[in-house]
Amino acid sequence: MASPAPKSPEQSERNRKYDRQLRLWGDHGQAALEGAHVCIINATALGTEILKSLVLPGIGAFTIVDGKKVTSEDIGANFFLETDSVGKSRAQIATQMLLELNSDVRGDYIDEEPDQILYNSPDFFNNFTVVVATCLVEKSLVLLSQRLWELNIPLIVCRTIGFIAYMRIQVKEHMVVETHPDNEVPDLRLDKPFETLKKHVDSVNLDELSFKDHSHVPYLIVLYKFLEKWILSKRELPKSYNEKSQLKQMIREGIRRDENDTSNSEENFEEAVKAVNTCIGRTEIPENVMNILNNDQCINLTAKSSSFWIIAKAVRDFVENEGGGLLPLKGTLPDMTADTEKYITLQQIYHKQAIADAEAVWRRTLQLLRQLGKSSDSIPERDVKLFCRHALNIYVAKGTCIADEYDSKIFDASNIVQCLENPESMMVYYVILRGIEKFQTEYNSYPGEFDDQVEPDIVKLKVCITKLLNEWGCGPLVKDDYVHEFCRFGGAELHSVSAFLGGLAAQEVIKFVTNQYKPVHNTFIYDAVTSNSGTFFF
Amino acid sequence: MMGSDHMHRRWSNLRKVLERSGPFCRPDFEPSTETLQFLLDNCKILVIGAGGLGCELLKDLGLMGFRQIHVIDMDTIELSNLNRQFLFRHKDIGSSKAEVAAKFINSRIPGCNVISHCCKIQDKAEDFYRQFHIVICGLDSIIARRWINGMLLSLLVYEDGELDRSSVIPMIDGGTEGFKGNVRVILPGLTACIECTLDLYPPQVTYPLCTIANTPRLPEHCIEYVKVIQWPKENPFECAIDGDDPQHINWIYEKSIERAAQFGIQGLTYRLVQGVVKNIIPAVASTNAVIAAACATEAFKLASSCSASLNNYMVLNDVDGIYTYTYEAEKKEDCVACSQVPKEIEINNPKFKLNDLIEFLCEKPDLQMKNPGLTAYINGKNKTLYMQTVASIEERTRENLTKTLVELGLRNGSEINVADITTPSTIVLKLKFVYCNSDM
Ligand SMILES: [Zn+2]
Repeated sequence: MASPAPKSPEQSERNRKYDRQLRLWGDHGQAALEGAHVCIINATALGTEILKSLVLPGIGAFTIVDGKKVTSEDIGANFFLETDSVGKSRAQIATQMLLELNSDVRGDYIDEEPDQILYNSPDFFNNFTVVVATCLVEKSLVLLSQRLWELNIPLIVCRTIGFIAYMRIQVKEHMVVETHPDNEVPDLRLDKPFETLKKHVDSVNLDELSFKDHSHVPYLIVLYKFLEKWILSKRELPKSYNEKSQLKQMIREGIRRDENDTSNSEENFEEAVKAVNTCIGRTEIPENVMNILNNDQCINLTAKSSSFWIIAKAVRDFVENEGGGLLPLKGTLPDMTADTEKYITLQQIYHKQAIADAEAVWRRTLQLLRQLGKSSDSIPERDVKLFCRHALNIYVAKGTCIADEYDSKIFDASNIVQCLENPESMMVYYVILRGIEKFQTEYNSYPGEFDDQVEPDIVKLKVCITKLLNEWGCGPLVKDDYVHEFCRFGGAELHSVSAFLGGLAAQEVIKFVTNQYKPVHNTFIYDAVTSNSGTFFF
Repeated sequence: MMGSDHMHRRWSNLRKVLERSGPFCRPDFEPSTETLQFLLDNCKILVIGAGGLGCELLKDLGLMGFRQIHVIDMDTIELSNLNRQFLFRHKDIGSSKAEVAAKFINSRIPGCNVISHCCKIQDKAEDFYRQFHIVICGLDSIIARRWINGMLLSLLVYEDGELDRSSVIPMIDGGTEGFKGNVRVILPGLTACIECTLDLYPPQVTYPLCTIANTPRLPEHCIEYVKVIQWPKENPFECAIDGDDPQHINWIYEKSIERAAQFGIQGLTYRLVQGVVKNIIPAVASTNAVIAAACATEAFKLASSCSASLNNYMVLNDVDGIYTYTYEAEKKEDCVACSQVPKEIEINNPKFKLNDLIEFLCEKPDLQMKNPGLTAYINGKNKTLYMQTVASIEERTRENLTKTLVELGLRNGSEINVADITTPSTIVLKLKFVYCNSDM
């Protein structure tokens, strides 16, 4: 053997246990998850289901806040309580049973009502990564929302009643570098080639190639050549369907036929024809990225600016200078029919340019750090590289405070009115859920909670909803059957509906913790009867 | 403490929707205390698969009032299951999934009676499947899904062409991949079945042999090369590749690294080697929880009639916010599995060989067979045309592969019986010769 084969990396137990999820969010996502500490308010079935999907993938730590004692009703719906735990602290039992799921996770509990903590020790929440609340009454919800808004800690509020599930996410500002889009457009720059790409493609002459080489040229080069020809005569990129069809026809005419085998076609040219639709567009900065780069927080950095904004500013400076109006190159190529040498050469050209761009951004980042009086190691170079690689898809969400929804002086109900005009809109559930909160405040029970009160509660709930709509300046709700349905539910928590929302809420927590994927913006409603869902922004 | 009052209150959440009527109930729903009793005592549910979805399903069903549950899974517990299959602990590695899961649920939920079957679905016969009210699939194998679909279809009873409704066993099917998932409700014989919508499953990614042998460009090409060419040639451990044997993976990793270096290909990692060799599908606890929960809700609605069912397909994706989409998949008039009409296969070339027919059956997106065995009634005799799965018959029938259909004695209108691992029943295909030739 010429050279000894490299040693296989030793697979740690941890890597093997988490293998299936590491393939999704990577080792750095896992490290973020393991560094997170989440607080869950109320160990309802919904609360423990959320925690289950966080403990299993290995969240660093959790704390349960719950002052209630376990009841028989709880046991019927909650998997993380046992029959003989009736009467004991719900927070304590749930903590113990959830910890059994994963020895890597730390967990503790506070056997107190969230209200007490909010009043007596407001600093309690300061150090959590994310706070999740289930089954919280209106007054406590408003307090908690204000507190976490000040602290800039994400809050997720969840609730299920009967077949309906609701989730509201509160976050002041959330930045995502790795959004993992499903359909990513390749960053090829055929219309604005960088120097090394231009030089390489210019060195290829399709007409002089042998038959074999001609059919092994990566389609990207084919596309480039024909686009060049097109622009030479038409002065601009093909835009309309018609123009694109013409370009496709030009490429098809460039196919060389094998005299011995008429059925044989050149696969690389076929791929080039297909790529006309996806790969030929003007290379520019997408509008949402432009908005981020032009955001005041990007332009006017302060000593308090987060690394996201500092890197964003470095990218902005790059765009205005070395980048010539373009973002740093992504540097990856899709696979294409070609021989190894031709493909790898092309791949290297993109890869090297991406490295050069990222290095330029890194230099600008260091410069900014110096100007801000920060140490040069406050942002690792790998974060800058990651940012550059995903610059086309970065995302910033600006949220709103939940407490504002409960202040009729601030709350803008026009969205609700508009949605309710559509008889299919799931907005009706939001309105009724808000009415139920009002009912709870007034009567200290769920509408329909007691078997002999279903009918009278329908009337009472309608009054609550009408009052609410009045405050918002809206007309009455003419959906009596929905009001009736919620009174039938009587506040029932169906396990499978809570398990459904629990999984989704856990995933939203993971999004915040890993800074990957886009969270719900900002209200999600699900109807388990039809399996329909809707997303609204308040 | 454990008296009837406790039991009464324990199910109080379920009782609200089962004992009260509402404006959106199904017309055939009668609020009563008997419905809960039916769920608890009589309603028999089969859960297929005790993996990521299966563990969640057992918990969800147990807490939705179902107690007569069977679970079937032939697999044993592995370390990489523990990030989501929450009924298993480290000490359970190597034990039967079905058995450990059943035991856990029965001890956690008093009165729940989960019965485990550690075997293949194919090991059970019609009588086993006939006893259930609902079958729920939490599988990652398309072949197994298709087989169960075929089994439930074979249990249907038709009288004078009319389907006997009492022979319909609803099938609820869940599937996940990463942050995506889907749920569907199938009423065999009445709504779209798995085969009706087979083209929804994309064919597995394969790399052309000439690419992996001559012009590799991706690290995956290097791994495939070692897997399909180098391993059989060098046979390093004198056995087939076992994706769970670290020695095997190490060998493939080292050889793939060599090949990648030789071609200047970057990005080959140990994780990628494992992924390609074992065809690993990324999985996370949250998506399994969501999809299983939706399946359990559908089971609850079907068994109790308390609410309408999903009609009939839901997809979920929570990469970008949370997206769900619900639609009605359509029953195919000429579905090979559920239409009761023999599927016609058009033959437009007199030189069409048996081999061509087999290739056609495997590649057609709405058939996607794996290793079909073919028999036909020719000149009054039942004749095996080809069968790959039994070595002696394979040998005897191999010569038929290169014969044309006409040479084998098949005519326009001939019926061919096809058996395949994707279905427990025989499928009848009717040949239709569409070329013009008076001699035929
Ligand atoms: Zn069908």
